[in-house]
Amino acid sequence: MSTILENKTTKSHTDNGLFPSNDVMLDLKKLKKVYPTPKGDYVVLEDLNLQIKKEEFVTIIGHSGCGKTTMLSMIAGLNPISGGNISVLGKYIKGPGPDRGVIFQAPSLMPWMTSLQNVLLGVNKVFPHATKGERHDIAKYYLQKVGLEGAFIKKASELSQGMQQRVGIARAFAIKPKVLLLDEPFGMLDSLTRGELQDILIEIWNKEKITAVMITHDVDEAIFLADRVVMMTSGPKAKIGDILNIDFERPRTRKAVLEHDDYYKYRKHLIDFLEH
Amino acid sequence: MKQSLTLNKVTKFVGLGFLGTLKDLFTGKLEKEDFKTVLRKTIVPIASIFLFIGLWHMGAKTLYNIEADYKINKALKEQGQAAADATAACIASGDISCQPNSLPSPAQVWESYKSLLRDHSIISADKAAFKEKTAALNEKRIAEGKIPIVYTGRPSFVDQIFRSLKTVFAGFLLALLIAVPLGIFIGLSPTLKSSFNWFIQIFKPVSPVVWYLLVFMIVKTLLIDSSEDSSFTISFISVGLCSMWATLVNTAMGVSSVDKDYINVAKVLKLGSAQKIFKVVLPSSLPLIFTGLKITLSVAWMVLIAIELLAQSPGLGLFVWEEFQNGANDSNSKIIVAMFVIGIIGFLLDRLMLTIQNAVSFDKTDAI
Repeated sequence: MSTILENKTTKSHTDNGLFPSNDVMLDLKKLKKVYPTPKGDYVVLEDLNLQIKKEEFVTIIGHSGCGKTTMLSMIAGLNPISGGNISVLGKYIKGPGPDRGVIFQAPSLMPWMTSLQNVLLGVNKVFPHATKGERHDIAKYYLQKVGLEGAFIKKASELSQGMQQRVGIARAFAIKPKVLLLDEPFGMLDSLTRGELQDILIEIWNKEKITAVMITHDVDEAIFLADRVVMMTSGPKAKIGDILNIDFERPRTRKAVLEHDDYYKYRKHLIDFLEH
Repeated sequence: MKQSLTLNKVTKFVGLGFLGTLKDLFTGKLEKEDFKTVLRKTIVPIASIFLFIGLWHMGAKTLYNIEADYKINKALKEQGQAAADATAACIASGDISCQPNSLPSPAQVWESYKSLLRDHSIISADKAAFKEKTAALNEKRIAEGKIPIVYTGRPSFVDQIFRSLKTVFAGFLLALLIAVPLGIFIGLSPTLKSSFNWFIQIFKPVSPVVWYLLVFMIVKTLLIDSSEDSSFTISFISVGLCSMWATLVNTAMGVSSVDKDYINVAKVLKLGSAQKIFKVVLPSSLPLIFTGLKITLSVAWMVLIAIELLAQSPGLGLFVWEEFQNGANDSNSKIIVAMFVIGIIGFLLDRLMLTIQNAVSFDKTDAI
């Protein structure tokens, strides 16, 4: 069966709705999450299937409390799986690990460390055999990429929220993960800063092409960043409701996206889904 | 300019910010609009000091009169008019033998303070002379492998202060060495936490006196062969044990309540346990650990006085007790001097901890 699939040259869905297996980076199969409560089990996610291809940017949108964050933290390995499985490049995940970088909603920097030290914390762990100079170069490279060349030795607690989240982005990319997980990373920022950071994120991402899964509440953000927008149904027993392919060319500019004819079609599709 | 900035910093640091403001007032730095600030920050605190001294003076005078009247009346009832007149004359003359012995006035306390300092310089000179006299002899004794002769005279008030500080720091260090590591272990492991909880809850409220007795029982047996004076050992261990609880509880709380986001970051990066503890858990709980240490140091200073008194260990506590037992004419005012010294040193220790806390902690907002 898999040999037949691999022979297909098409990059999109195969006949049964699955991707060729060697194209798949992240595979969620029959994923289930149950929280036991005094009144019985509460099923957050049930029978959730999702495949994400290599070098794909997927955004996940859905109502608050539908289980998006639960799903993401299960992929990160921070939340135990109740049923089904998650695999990265065909290997089942067991707990958290630096192959899945996370950018949290709150910047979650160590406030007593400088921005450089925060990035180095991960880099030192992932590249233990590199020299100190090499590790510093990696950390500095990514801090420069997010526009913090002047703030290497600033304490994280002295940076604004937006600046802190930039460090968070640098920290996640610097450990060169296979999958990047973003949990509403710009949710706490004002809209101007959010726009700036989206641009920074997509710029680095265009270079690195790390498979990314990002949760967002913002329809425009979802369209601007993603190759596919995954819509989740409302909980309990949430699953994938619909998937929208965004066919804009990359690299994208905000202006080109907003002026594109399909933009409002996509937008309407998403809003229709969320309102029903 | 730079100098006045540092002065302001220093005065603010010791909690006497009004001195800086006062200087600004005289150097003409303050505008008229700042008058309210000057009033609030300078004049009111200074006025309150004078008010305090005034009330103290009047209170002392009232108490003095009550006791003087009682003495005169007593003489009148028991021995008749002539004796009463003699007593009244004696009190008025300021003769030490018949002075009422009550709350000393501020002036008397100031006199005692000066006499304690004089006493200190006499004893210091005595000590220096002794040292000079025995220097040659001691060298010879050391060369012969004998113990050198040391000064064994009465310690001065200032010596007692330093002896007390030594005891309190030894006790504080002991508390730190026990409570911080133990607190980290308890905070990290819920099992340890539940197994130690009863222990902490029961022993935390135990009075210093009882701790002293416990330590006395143990140390006395352990040092049974030693000819050395164990009072210092006993008192610093008791001080440590009394005061370590705040640090223990705060450390455990700080370690167990590290922000979940930081823990998640450590998990995602798969940091080893040593790295997790030293790079994430400890720095994040430092503010709480220091809050605990600050409480520990002030508790240590507070219980020290009682413990020195019980242990007969030289220091301010013993000084106070001996003066009270002594009952000399100026004993009461010496006790009040000791009281102020204890208070001021306690205050400075607190400030010292606050400064260290501010220097090491990342969160500049919660350290007060």
